[in-house]
Amino acid sequence: MTTTLHGSAVIEFRGVGLTYPGPPAVHALHPCDLRIADGEFVTVVGPSGSGKSTLLNIAGLLDTPTQGQYLLNGIDTAALSATRLAALRGERIGFVFQAFHLLPHRSALENVELAMVYRAVPRPQRRARAAAVLERVGLAHRAAALPTQMSGGERQRVAVARALVGEPSLLLCDEPTGNLDSATSASLLELLDTLHRDGMTIVVITHDRQVAQHGQRTITIRDGVLHDSAHRSEAA
Amino acid sequence: MTKHRRGAAPERSRLAVRDLLSEAVAGMLQRPARSVLTALGTVLGVGAFIAVLGLTGTATSQIDHRFNSLTATEVSVTDVGPRNAAARDMSFPHNADARITRLNGALAAGVFWSVRLGPQQAVRAAPVGTANSVDARTQVIAASPGVWQASQARFVEGRAFDGFHETHHQAVAVIGSATAARLGITTLRTHPAVFIGDTAFTVIGILKDVERKPELLMSITVPRSVAERTWGAPTDEGAQMLISTRLGAAAQIADEAAVALRPDHPEYFKVTPPPDPRSLRTAVSDDLSQLFLLLAGVCLIIGAVGIANTTLVAVLERTGEIGLRRALGARGIHITLQFLTESAALGLVGGLVGTSIGTVVVVTVAAAKQWTPVIDPATLAVAPTLGLAAGLLAGMYPAWRASRIPPVEALRR
Repeated sequence: MTTTLHGSAVIEFRGVGLTYPGPPAVHALHPCDLRIADGEFVTVVGPSGSGKSTLLNIAGLLDTPTQGQYLLNGIDTAALSATRLAALRGERIGFVFQAFHLLPHRSALENVELAMVYRAVPRPQRRARAAAVLERVGLAHRAAALPTQMSGGERQRVAVARALVGEPSLLLCDEPTGNLDSATSASLLELLDTLHRDGMTIVVITHDRQVAQHGQRTITIRDGVLHDSAHRSEAA
Repeated sequence: MTKHRRGAAPERSRLAVRDLLSEAVAGMLQRPARSVLTALGTVLGVGAFIAVLGLTGTATSQIDHRFNSLTATEVSVTDVGPRNAAARDMSFPHNADARITRLNGALAAGVFWSVRLGPQQAVRAAPVGTANSVDARTQVIAASPGVWQASQARFVEGRAFDGFHETHHQAVAVIGSATAARLGITTLRTHPAVFIGDTAFTVIGILKDVERKPELLMSITVPRSVAERTWGAPTDEGAQMLISTRLGAAAQIADEAAVALRPDHPEYFKVTPPPDPRSLRTAVSDDLSQLFLLLAGVCLIIGAVGIANTTLVAVLERTGEIGLRRALGARGIHITLQFLTESAALGLVGGLVGTSIGTVVVVTVAAAKQWTPVIDPATLAVAPTLGLAAGLLAGMYPAWRASRIPPVEALRR
């Protein structure tokens, strides 16, 4: 199934699938077509083990499909070496994980900075940009705090700041509210809404129907098969 | 929001050296106690390396010092001439001492040999018939007067026999202090005598110490002329000559001694010059160094294994971090370099601390022994590099393994 939204595609799957060789062979993701346009906010829902994370890993260039062609920003990823894939991942994709994945011995500012280390951005510039993004997510006052000194909501905001600081084309969130209470979840979703309004392309994987409602479009996945996606109006 | 150019692949991700180093240091400081314990193996290995080489160098230098002051100024001459009826009984002429001391560089010279006593010729403190004072252990040595100066003898009481005693066949004896005690001689005021067989020898000196030929301390020494007249020339073992020289003259004296003694038959003598100090030093250092360097090597290997083990555990513990870094654009080589730099830095720090501790050990031991500490500067330069190399080698496998973890796998943990 292919989206009908207009605009250039950030993610474009053409018969992309992932099968782990057996015996017995496991089809983690059945071959599918998918198009996510620039500036879209898409949610992916499905039960545990349905293939949501496989979809995100392929989209995030963390895993390689065994079938089909994946174009990210119009770039055929199959044609790229591991080195170029790493660079593409670092430059174009921001990740937000359920477990935050913050380095425990680094401050919030240093955790955000880490996203620019592999792009050889000079340290003063890194510091300035990290501080600016922390301010944007409302954590300027917690820049020096260690993750262990922060609440779950604050940690996830630091993770969002780290994902944003490299100015990616795509924000991939894997169960971003999975470890947060409902009030903190609502606050984080507001932040994602704001980013979307600013033009960021966002894909959120969730098993929470309420979270799924925040997207313009929801893709359902079950047993590795993508199902009809539902479009909502901006007002919704 | 930055809009990236469609269809254009980015440049390769890069990690600046400065960032690599600061990431490695941060990795080490994450768990300071563990880092200290990890580096301990290298500290011990490199410390042992420095201590071994330093102490060996210091001890060798000390050996040199002692060697120069005593051994290097000693020449021995052994009578290897024929002993048959046609030949003379002894190759050393009667004026052998004077012949040698006339050589430039010779300080003193004396001939000596062990007297072989017959079965009825035991040493006694009293005349024949007083059975309880027999001392069968005491050796009798015949010596020319020059032996006392050549052996640097010092006396508790009395004096050495001299040319007068020698020339006039005086039956006198010099005995060691231990021998004197065994024979019950406590003072020379009573003009005590010792009896060798049925000949009485007046004791004129009790030895306190000698720098050379310590057997003199355990013996009764009588003038050469008296010994020859009483027991004849030496039989089983040939006579020997001890020559004391000035520093640096020993080799020259060794060359000239045989000819000076017997210009007609220099082949009657076997001259033994002092060993070459360089070869002696090398032999001593080699023996010590090989043994202890092996020990230091074992310590270093244990240290490296410790680093390898800890780095491997760190890789397993930090798998999530590895996944995150890969998600942020790190290449496999960046992960390898990071862990390799961490282990190398641990090795280097261990090497530096080990070098310092090893140096302190050498200086402390040398100070306690009142020696001069000797450490080759090259050793000090090489030692931290050994630590670095141990760290690098130890980190290779864990770092390679870290880079092989697929990002998806890493993020799951």
